[in-house]
Amino acid sequence: MGNERVKSSRRKFLKSAATIAGSAIGFNLLGSSRYLVFAAEPKEEALPWYGIVIDIEKCIGCGKCAKSCKIENDVPQEPFFFRTWVEQYTVENNGSVDIISPNGGIDGFEQQVPDEEVFKSFFVPKMCNHCSKSPCTQVCPVGATFESPEGITLIDEKYCIGCRYCVQACPYGCRFIHPVKKVANKCTLCYHRLKKGLDPVCMEVCPTGARMYGNLRDKDSKIVKFLKEHTTQVLRPNLNTGSKLYYNALSMEVR
Amino acid sequence: MDPNIQHLYEMLSKAQGYIFPNELDLQWGILIVVYPYITGLVAGAFILASLERVFNVRVLKPTYHIALLTALSFLLVATLPLISHLSQPQRAYEIMITPHSSSAMAIFGFVYLWYLMVVLLLEIWFDYRESMVVWSKEKKGIMKWVYRILTLGLSDISHETVKWDKKLGYLITIIGIPSAFILHGYVGFIFGSIKANPWWSTPLMPIIFLFSAMVSGIALVMFIYMAISYFRKQPVELKVLDTIGRYLFFILILDFTLEGLDQIHRIYESDESFEIIKLLVSGKLYLTLFISQGLIGTIIPLITLAFLQFYKRAISFRKTLYLVVSILVLIGVYSMRWNVVIGGQLFSKSFSGFTSFKLGLIGLDGTLMAAFWLLLPVGILTFLLWLLPPWKMVKEKE
Amino acid sequence: MNFFIPPQLKRLALAFTIFISAFLIIRHFLVPETFGQYGFYRGASLGEIGQSPVKFAGQKACFECHQDIEDLKQMDVHSEIRCETCHGPGQKHSENGDTTLLENPVSRESCGMCHSKNVAKKKEAIFQINLKEHYIDKKCIDCHNHHQPWVMKE
Repeated sequence: MGNERVKSSRRKFLKSAATIAGSAIGFNLLGSSRYLVFAAEPKEEALPWYGIVIDIEKCIGCGKCAKSCKIENDVPQEPFFFRTWVEQYTVENNGSVDIISPNGGIDGFEQQVPDEEVFKSFFVPKMCNHCSKSPCTQVCPVGATFESPEGITLIDEKYCIGCRYCVQACPYGCRFIHPVKKVANKCTLCYHRLKKGLDPVCMEVCPTGARMYGNLRDKDSKIVKFLKEHTTQVLRPNLNTGSKLYYNALSMEVR
Repeated sequence: MDPNIQHLYEMLSKAQGYIFPNELDLQWGILIVVYPYITGLVAGAFILASLERVFNVRVLKPTYHIALLTALSFLLVATLPLISHLSQPQRAYEIMITPHSSSAMAIFGFVYLWYLMVVLLLEIWFDYRESMVVWSKEKKGIMKWVYRILTLGLSDISHETVKWDKKLGYLITIIGIPSAFILHGYVGFIFGSIKANPWWSTPLMPIIFLFSAMVSGIALVMFIYMAISYFRKQPVELKVLDTIGRYLFFILILDFTLEGLDQIHRIYESDESFEIIKLLVSGKLYLTLFISQGLIGTIIPLITLAFLQFYKRAISFRKTLYLVVSILVLIGVYSMRWNVVIGGQLFSKSFSGFTSFKLGLIGLDGTLMAAFWLLLPVGILTFLLWLLPPWKMVKEKE
Repeated sequence: MNFFIPPQLKRLALAFTIFISAFLIIRHFLVPETFGQYGFYRGASLGEIGQSPVKFAGQKACFECHQDIEDLKQMDVHSEIRCETCHGPGQKHSENGDTTLLENPVSRESCGMCHSKNVAKKKEAIFQINLKEHYIDKKCIDCHNHHQPWVMKE
């Protein structure tokens, strides 16, 4: 008789434990996370979907974009951390390609190869491509980097654990670990300025208008008109990153 | 000047060709070489133990418990190099509460938990339960309570219940084999799925990681079996070593074939990344790839094991050969992890230049730290062998 | 239907139930509130990133006080260049008018950042000059008006 009572109370305990556990599981599943593999589709129609155009024919390698970006965004001045930088490609007559980016182009460029030996030469500004299928967002293990509803890839500095997987996954080399904040860092298209109706700093200070940005959804925007009238390319199209940084006059030497 | 910044200026002077400005410093250092090495040892040791259980390879019985406890010792340490390499380690728990389902790294937390709790701990528990109940009754004082807690307070060792222990243990081992594959395979996938890095991006990567893991785990158990027998002053059973050696031989052949296939395919297709990879392999990775991983870690062990398979020799000589082979293989697989992790970061994603890697001695990402993470499991294993001695277990009534 | 569950399984089921429930309860308190609001990230971070201070004021802020200079600039080739390109971050200056907070680029090197001859610069993009030969003992602004470069001084 005593055993019967003990067995049934144990059974009751197990049942209630299972109920608690089951509801805790259910509660959590319904609760928080909707997860995304890619943010390929822009979400709300009312928001802009940002794209960038860089016109290589207009870039003169003055480096003001790289310099101003560091000032605006609290990036250390040392030559190891860049949200944006400028490269110079020099294709010589013998076919060899030299690429340089001294201090990211901030101090300007000195011509290294005499004119007669140069087949062609040009400057290529680089920055975050704000990919719509960004590999960096795909690999972040905790959801610290993400694509905003406007299509800008951002980093949540309070949530990043510093695993550096995103830095490995970016094919364009545009991410780095901030030496002071010790979390991932990269170009944000000056999100904080866009919210105030200002232009990103690199676009603000570019003297030739080589850098443009705008709403890809707006048919009348400067950027959409430019895309219509020019032949543009993205970097690493074979990787299918959905890059929204379109280059005009991109030459085949550029990686 | 901040020593980190000073270090970066030195690296800048050593950069060759053109690298993207942010690529100067390597993101993943020696701790990320150590982590796949450790989980590989776990998976490999477990697979060897499963051979005995599931495929009834009776000859390996003396190594069964050693293999399981070795796997557990290394698994307990496995997360530590990862957490210590994060630049925000206090936020490491975020992987468990908001794991991003598209990220291979996020799976880590749950695969690790699953493997630790459901597979490894349970298998050891089912296997040792009867003995732990007996020990809890024999011992006095605090050890009595330790064993009682370990048995979860269950002291039933009737014949029926012990039969269930064996059945459930068998079931767990069966679940455990694919779980071990996932535990280490996902590490290979972490590298293999990075399309941005051509040295890493290949579908073969998880498989190569798995087979080299099995090789390293088997070699480790061989080594530890010999070491334990030496310390316990017990004779080493040669037929155990011969059987382990045979498995090592065949899986090493498979591993070598897979890695060779990866390289042959790369050389044949010769895509845009090939030129820089050729320079990498013949230059900065020459020593660690051809000499350490290839010659020392694969070719010499293969020849020795083939020799041992086909010729009988004097007993003491054979044991020494097995000892040397197991050490060489362990070095070789470590070099393989080095070549994958460090090698993949030495060349620029611009395919036009190289950076450099200097391994420091002290500091969180230094040699001493890595050595500590590798030696800590040995300490844990010693403790586990004292707590759960395989040779003092209740004998099976057959 | 009464089927036999071995005692080990019952004990393990209990242990696992406790563990999983504890995990889920702790998780509930640890996940940030706004997580998942817009996607798999902490929704509040959008606001936090948006709050960063601005260092470059943007052209419109300059026009509020310096429309006269802008009118001059519009009449010559520097018309499309914005003020802070040469004068540096202007937000603080636009708040209190302190001119020491702005850059005043008067050296040959500062003009040379854009105008020095380099084979990589397209002639259509910018007017280039060989600074090693052109009036090397003078500053550019000794002859050129900085906001209207082709309106020569003297």
